[in-house]
Amino acid sequence: MAEPAIKVRNLYKIFGRRDREMVEKVKEGVSKSELLADHSHVLGLRDINIDMPEASIQVVMGLSGSGKSTLIRHLNRLIEPSAGEVIVHGEDVLQMSEKALREFRRHKISMVFQRFALLPHKTVIDNVAYGLHVMGKSKAEQKTGAMRWIERVGLAGYEDNYPAQLSGGMQQRVGLARALATDADILLMDEAFSALDPLIRTDMQSVLLDLQKELAKTIVFITHDLDEALRLGDKIAILRDGEIVQQGTAQEIVLDPADEYISSFVREVNRGRVIQAETIMDTPPPPGPPAENSIRVEKGTVLEEVARRMTEQDRDQAHVVNGSGEPIGTLTMRSVMAGMATPVLKDAIE
Amino acid sequence: MASLFNGLPDWLVEFPQLAGRDLRHMSRTIDQEYRAFSRAWGDAIENFFRPLLDFLLWFENLLIQTPWWIVLAVVVAIVWFASRSVKITIGTFIALILIGVFGMWEDTMRTLSIITVCTLLSIVIGMPIGIAMSRSNKLQAAINPILDVMQTMPSFVYLIPIVMLLGIGLIPGLLVVVIYAMPPIIRLTNLGIRLVDKEVLEAANAFGSSGWQKLVEVQLPLSLPTIMAGINQTIMMALAMVVVASLIGVRGLGQPVLQAITNQYFTQGVLNGLAIVAIAIIFDRTSQAYGKRLQRHREASHG
Repeated sequence: MAEPAIKVRNLYKIFGRRDREMVEKVKEGVSKSELLADHSHVLGLRDINIDMPEASIQVVMGLSGSGKSTLIRHLNRLIEPSAGEVIVHGEDVLQMSEKALREFRRHKISMVFQRFALLPHKTVIDNVAYGLHVMGKSKAEQKTGAMRWIERVGLAGYEDNYPAQLSGGMQQRVGLARALATDADILLMDEAFSALDPLIRTDMQSVLLDLQKELAKTIVFITHDLDEALRLGDKIAILRDGEIVQQGTAQEIVLDPADEYISSFVREVNRGRVIQAETIMDTPPPPGPPAENSIRVEKGTVLEEVARRMTEQDRDQAHVVNGSGEPIGTLTMRSVMAGMATPVLKDAIE
Repeated sequence: MASLFNGLPDWLVEFPQLAGRDLRHMSRTIDQEYRAFSRAWGDAIENFFRPLLDFLLWFENLLIQTPWWIVLAVVVAIVWFASRSVKITIGTFIALILIGVFGMWEDTMRTLSIITVCTLLSIVIGMPIGIAMSRSNKLQAAINPILDVMQTMPSFVYLIPIVMLLGIGLIPGLLVVVIYAMPPIIRLTNLGIRLVDKEVLEAANAFGSSGWQKLVEVQLPLSLPTIMAGINQTIMMALAMVVVASLIGVRGLGQPVLQAITNQYFTQGVLNGLAIVAIAIIFDRTSQAYGKRLQRHREASHG
């Protein structure tokens, strides 16, 4: 596997005056509530270790208070940790001087905020150009750079409006364009779509996935919404009370939740959109060419899509092929349906 | 009542104050020391303020010697371009015409010039102090009590040392006015910057803004409404000091008022008082309308 773009190692964050001393206590096993009761320090993050792969979307999911926003702010050091390392492209962010950190934020990493955080006194184009302005680019460069991204996020014609004149969805497009305009490799998105209406949120998720196909950035996406996490995340880490409880792909988390907490989440998930054909197929495929009434699906296709194609073509068998077109397994309508249904059996037995 | 406490020692009955002789001695010593100081340093301090005095005199002469209709046109034009309000502009025009008709043109020009200079001086000195205060809680804790003293100390009290040091005239008058008028701009600059949305500031940080970029691009523009309120207050307080400043020889609308008080000239007092009110209203409405125009982006016009 390639070197991860961002490596977080043994990261601790404790809020309070004597946070560094408290790290030792936490390492010795003092719990969050004991720390608050006995030392009046708040445990933000405990021993976080994540490898975030290059050019893919890493989702960090957790409910409010789980420390996810604190974690993302360590990646560009808007928050100082109490202990640990954050290594981005081989460089330790926490060792950077003030000047180096500024250059790092200008060129390498950019951010989209939950409540947009646009500059209310600047027009859309000046907001998008802000990162370029801070870099010291010329007026002309700022303008062309900003216009390109305004058009790309579908806001052409609004460049001279003020943020207050735009709807929430449009404001977040400005936020996204502002972050993309600096050409940073890493994009941090702190609950970027949480403040939007459900329809607009889905719309913005599609915008992001489209952009990602083309740009292949390293994106760190924070959310409290599991559906959003499963839809966007190439890799997902689930955070609870400042600790990581599970890391893996969407499918791994849905099929094999690490504990009761996570399984209570994934119970509500639309499994058909997460589980892929090869996960439930019968192997090995029968020798010889696939049966005539069997349709062909590619490895990686989600079950919902397989079911849709089977229904459309009125077949009840499918064979899964790998990248070079060789059959690697078979599916029936019955097995697809079983895979999509939420297993209640386990709960019933317990 | 006193008989009730008859048995008590003296110091419990009457406040044990310093002996009258000691008090007199103390004041005399301090006064002498200060007089010696002002003899030694008075000239140096006066020379230090010399350029300011020259500028003030030049500006005053400019306003008085320029034909009245040019000054009128310029003032009305400034009001128009700052406020873009027909009502305020016409009001200014009428007020200035009435001031001229009732023979107060020259005094009004003098007052206008000292108020303008005092306000500019307060902004130039006050805003950097306010910005510095907003960055450090310790500095804020240190400066706040000083501002309290500047605002509440009766102005006649600091009139004395200033007159002892610099005599009477424009510069001491200017100092008195600036001391009284500067606190609001300092306080409101500090407050405005502290109230800037933390998220927007965080965004500015996340894009790698330097301290100066944050100040100029984010903090000052976003605190502008509060700062404008401070400037407005500063102008009002400067105008309120015009009469007090006339006590130490600042010419302008304050002097006829002072004369009216001592001689019981009722009409003269009211007319000059109204002229001060008119200038105050012109300054106030114009600066407020200008501040509002700078905030156009706050209007939400989408459906």
